[in-house]
Amino acid sequence: MDPIIANFIEENIVPKFNYWIYVILMMIGLYAMITKNNLIKKLIGMAIFQTAIILFYVSIGVKETGGIPIISHHGPDHHQEAEVHSEESSKNLKHNIIDKDKYANPLPHVLMLTAIVVGVSTLGLALAISQRIHKSFGTLEEDEILNELRPGGHD
Amino acid sequence: MKVFGLIAVFVVGLLLLSATQDFPSWGDPRSAASDGEVSSFYIEKTESVTKVPNMVTAVLADFRGYDTMFETVVIFIAGIGIIAVLRNFEGTDSPSDHDNDDDGAGLLARFTCSLILPFIQIFALYVVAHGHHSPGGGFQGGVMFGASYILLALAFGLSKAKQLFSERRTMIFAVIGIFIYVGWGVLCLLLGKEFLNYSVLDSILPGDSMMARSHSMLVVEIGVAFTVTAIMFSMYSNLSTRGRLSKGL
Amino acid sequence: MIWQFDIIILIFLVVAAIVSLRLKDLLGASMVFGIYSFLICLLWAEMGAVDVAFTEAAVGAGVSTVIMIATVFSTTRRSKD
Repeated sequence: MDPIIANFIEENIVPKFNYWIYVILMMIGLYAMITKNNLIKKLIGMAIFQTAIILFYVSIGVKETGGIPIISHHGPDHHQEAEVHSEESSKNLKHNIIDKDKYANPLPHVLMLTAIVVGVSTLGLALAISQRIHKSFGTLEEDEILNELRPGGHD
Repeated sequence: MKVFGLIAVFVVGLLLLSATQDFPSWGDPRSAASDGEVSSFYIEKTESVTKVPNMVTAVLADFRGYDTMFETVVIFIAGIGIIAVLRNFEGTDSPSDHDNDDDGAGLLARFTCSLILPFIQIFALYVVAHGHHSPGGGFQGGVMFGASYILLALAFGLSKAKQLFSERRTMIFAVIGIFIYVGWGVLCLLLGKEFLNYSVLDSILPGDSMMARSHSMLVVEIGVAFTVTAIMFSMYSNLSTRGRLSKGL
Repeated sequence: MIWQFDIIILIFLVVAAIVSLRLKDLLGASMVFGIYSFLICLLWAEMGAVDVAFTEAAVGAGVSTVIMIATVFSTTRRSKD
């Protein structure tokens, strides 16, 4: 690739590209929830909307220099840190100094775990209600259901 | 109607896209969210205060344990809600009529599933128990365990799965899970300190107060796994049979 | 983070979302929704959120797709739009 074009992409597009795609995904989900007639398609739109928002939150906690948020005591960095701090008090040898730039931010992960589970509960309950609607009206299309509720008029 | 939807979506989309100018660059370690005090406290102090290497499990089960308790209650309410909306008690005849109705999938699927199911369940228990040192925890292990029962119902028929995990047993499991969680918090209350403050439990559990927090996290995750297992299977068995609990998929 | 990998997976994600909403066969739409969940799980594992990816693989691509297919089998399979 041409180095000028690659440089341009790295400076201007890469930092913000992900946010644009998340907004596009959210708008796809919102459009499906508003305009689709079938109830199951509306639920798929709701699920797309929810996962796009969860994706946005998790990507806030990403760090370029960081790995997964689990502290491991067998990596190569820990021995070097113990040697460097050995001149200081012995208390520092027991509590290893943890460099916070090496771990991704764990807080958005915690909040989004709850969000995923609440999302699947909502989806299960919505599918149960749509089955009940199908049993009463015989159809899953929204305009036919509205026609049966208000016979003759379209409101 | 579609035109209005399109206009609304375009307006909101343009507003959000113009708001992304102010966001910090993706992956910046010096952004406001990653450099703040709260997240720095959790990264630096979790290991020394609770002796649990997995920061996400520690924050989920100990520092923000109140949140997780109500999340378990939300799953339970969803399970009860599905039963309330769909469950149809009138068509239940004597059980011997429905025993020959569904025998699940063919011979190959039944043989393969009978080989692989014990390993799925052992792996699910492993994931629950090792939530402190590797990614995992109560939710993930509970969902895998519930999914193993769903696989049993798909391969052998719902009546066979109901022999192992009947509706009454499912509901008892779900309630036991919530009682374990809340009961552990009340135990902390009875010993003198606040609700869900695990460090006072070092008088009953072996080790000092930091190890007491680590052990309590495991107990609480087991409670969550109980509830999630039961509710996942109950959701599937109600949704696939339209509430009648016979003649499944 | 490997930005080339991210861009490719995100484009697949948008395509999967649009296809899942355009299919008239509801069983196919549920399956493409399962594909969407798997792709998002892969994206989170690459970003370093391993707990979230584990939960999404178990819940989103497992239980959520199964109960959606169970509902489609109990009700109608074709949709008008």
